[in-house]
Amino acid sequence: MTAIMEMRGITKTFPGVKALSNVNLSVAQGEIHAICGENGAGKSTLMKVLSGVYPHGSYDGDIHYEGDTVAFKGIADSEHRGIIIIHQELALVPLLSIAENIFLGNEITHGGVIDWPETYTRTRELLKKVGLSEAPTTPVGKLGVGKQQLVEIAKALSKKVKLLILDEPTASLQENDSQKLLDLMLELKAQGITSIIISHKLNEIRRVADTVTVLRDGATVSTMSTPISEERIIRDMVGRDMESRYPDRTPNIGQVLMEVEGWNVWHPEQAERQMIKNVSFNVRAGEVVGIAGLMGSGRTELAMSVFGKSYGQNISGQVKIEGQAVDTSTVNRAIDAGLAYVTEDRKGLGLILEDPIIRNTTLSALQKVSTRSVLDRGAERQVAEEYRRALRIRTPGVFQQVMNLSGGNQQKVVLSKWLFTDPKVLILDEPTRGIDVGAKFEIYNIINELAAQGRGIVMISSEMPELLGMCDRIYVMNEGAFVGELSREDASQERIMSMIVRGDKHGGH
Amino acid sequence: MAVTETPTMGSYLRSNMREYGILIALVLIMVFFQVATDGTLLRPVNLTNLFLQNSYIIIMALGMLLVIVTGHIDLSVGSVAGFVGALAAVMIVHWQLPVPVVFVACLLAGALIGAAQGYWIAYWRIPSFIVTLAGMLVFRGLTLWLLEGASVGPFPKLFQSLSTGFVPDFFRDEKPNLTAMILGALAAGAIVWLSVRARARHQRYGIEDEPFVVFAVKNALVCFALLFISYLLATYRGLPNVLITMAVLISAYTFLTQSTTIGRRIYAIGGNEKAAKLSGIRTDRLTFLTFVNMGMLAALAGMIFAARLNTATPKAGVGFELDVIAAVFIGGASMSGGSGKIVGAVIGAFIMGVMNNGMSILGIGIDYQQVIKGLVLLAAVIFDVYNKNKQG
Repeated sequence: MTAIMEMRGITKTFPGVKALSNVNLSVAQGEIHAICGENGAGKSTLMKVLSGVYPHGSYDGDIHYEGDTVAFKGIADSEHRGIIIIHQELALVPLLSIAENIFLGNEITHGGVIDWPETYTRTRELLKKVGLSEAPTTPVGKLGVGKQQLVEIAKALSKKVKLLILDEPTASLQENDSQKLLDLMLELKAQGITSIIISHKLNEIRRVADTVTVLRDGATVSTMSTPISEERIIRDMVGRDMESRYPDRTPNIGQVLMEVEGWNVWHPEQAERQMIKNVSFNVRAGEVVGIAGLMGSGRTELAMSVFGKSYGQNISGQVKIEGQAVDTSTVNRAIDAGLAYVTEDRKGLGLILEDPIIRNTTLSALQKVSTRSVLDRGAERQVAEEYRRALRIRTPGVFQQVMNLSGGNQQKVVLSKWLFTDPKVLILDEPTRGIDVGAKFEIYNIINELAAQGRGIVMISSEMPELLGMCDRIYVMNEGAFVGELSREDASQERIMSMIVRGDKHGGH
Repeated sequence: MAVTETPTMGSYLRSNMREYGILIALVLIMVFFQVATDGTLLRPVNLTNLFLQNSYIIIMALGMLLVIVTGHIDLSVGSVAGFVGALAAVMIVHWQLPVPVVFVACLLAGALIGAAQGYWIAYWRIPSFIVTLAGMLVFRGLTLWLLEGASVGPFPKLFQSLSTGFVPDFFRDEKPNLTAMILGALAAGAIVWLSVRARARHQRYGIEDEPFVVFAVKNALVCFALLFISYLLATYRGLPNVLITMAVLISAYTFLTQSTTIGRRIYAIGGNEKAAKLSGIRTDRLTFLTFVNMGMLAALAGMIFAARLNTATPKAGVGFELDVIAAVFIGGASMSGGSGKIVGAVIGAFIMGVMNNGMSILGIGIDYQQVIKGLVLLAAVIFDVYNKNKQG
């Protein structure tokens, strides 16, 4: 097969950092090419070089595309040649309609006046291609993330895409939306469109990719074609063999630490919509309890409503810690009661990105590093250093801004913050989302360590293998209600899925 | 413990460009006007005037910094200052109430006004721009109503001393004023002592990254400036009362923002309100309190302004909010909240003040003055953004 695109000897340096060094990438006409690598391996940088975000001249090396040596000066140049990149953070305007979004900056006009009938006709055709039946006038903000992703692809198709680049397209999608997206990729491939997909999810890569290139520390490690071995990819990504993806643990489970009984929550804006329906669960000392479920099943809403009523209204039910009913109606009271909630939205809800590690670490328990409200800088520094060492946060120092850290290290800072409050129970919401394989393993180790200290862990995750590998007990949640509970021995992906499906059929229980 | 290596002079100055840059800018502006005005700028009488003229802007800038750090804005401070000045005048001149009672009542009125605005902003999440724009109109109107469109004055001596009073010389009756010089020396000594102590403590914990030369030069300059200024003031009428008020407030707010949990939490709100809230910080209450505080400082500034003019006029405080907000942004605060320092806001206010004063001495028309001030504000913020982009 001939290569549609070839990058040769790409080297890109930022002040003080070599992000890419002599990277080669060859993508064949009509294939789906996956790019894997840990966070910070240079995947996104490489794609930014390809799409002209970093203009020609700001890097070394050549890009050949459709037989020409190209020198893109910006995104407009690469789009003109049919190279379209869809970023993880979607670039859609929520208040504009699907049609307006698809043709944004590329409107169908006659002498400056938009031709709406033609726009809508073309939009309908494009939506059909990506399997959407929404009206072209629907505001994009009304669609779920999965459908928005498809709108982005429709937009790419409207620009006569030849090489489609998807940056972690399924990272925020639930299972069936991910499947739809992968199917669509295969369909586009059948139509002759070449794709590059950046992904952490190995099962997806195995499903769609023809070739996989693994990057590590800004360099190409390997390129392999089908059949693809997951073990080989992991080994190449982390640069070492990983005997197990989940560390071993001998659980030492004690008394019931936290109980939640009869928990009901209604939607914050739509008062008649019940989001959490009579949920009860418990976690014991030293136990890791999982909550499985699809996106939108209400797991985050459950956790946040328990943690200081941070979500929803009309909340009823009881929380008990060590048998005593406790008040968790504000975040402060929840913290005092011994709860901690590690959010799934690290950057938006977990960290103050512009602040250094040290300030983020002490934020939830400032009283511990102050006397009569006056901060003790030295004590604060010691605390931050302690957690930096204990959780192995890789950074030049605790005065580093957290926005400059990798996802795994950022997550460790969030964990430091909550550990400093010395919680009895930690609720971890997608604790390894967007974190590379090596760092995931470290987070798992930390979780096990916390359980070994006798804390209770509630772990919410969309990755079922992770729950199966880590949890002593798994609750299955669907449409705001718990539809089952499985012990470690009984749990399997199939059983969890079937519970979810069964729950669907019976409308909640 | 891996102690981070001591940065070189150059890299340290570069990474703290903003803080030193603005101080250097102030010094350069002062030198320029000192030369351009043939020495009039730093003449004792003009220097005294400079402090009197800018005291109310600086006092409000302290509160505005907190408001801006939380990510909000307060457009009503000029109107509130005017209103409280009018209220004080009516209470003293028309109702013949004793000055101390009026002083306390007016501060409370300011706090109440801040609370009334902060309530909607913090608990109802109505944008501060809208609420305080409304407040700006409301209190401008109420000032007119209260004064019935006329000026009210004059004030008794005690009230005037808020602004135009001077600390008497406790030692002798001739110039230069010995009390002023002693206080200046004490302040310089205290600053050196505190910063030496802080440096030692920071070094013990390995969190000091300021090279010794910078530290020494900075302290020497601050001492020199304090001694020089207090000497100059001493050769005129001594230390103005309002300078003492300012010094106390600046110290208190610097301490509040840098060294207390409340200060830390206010910065956290501006940095990421949702994360702060989920970290157990009562974001709505703290936001509310920053507006209460702003109202109180606006009230104090209003009284000082009225005392200085010795009359309350319907026009008092018009446009103050712009000078105050400009001072905070020139001082390096970020529009999106989460950053900015008290000392920056104070220097920012002095930059505006020295330019006003210097240009007036030079006889530059009010038209050009506004243009130049506007350009300086723009340049300061562009400099900020440029620096940020270069680092990031």
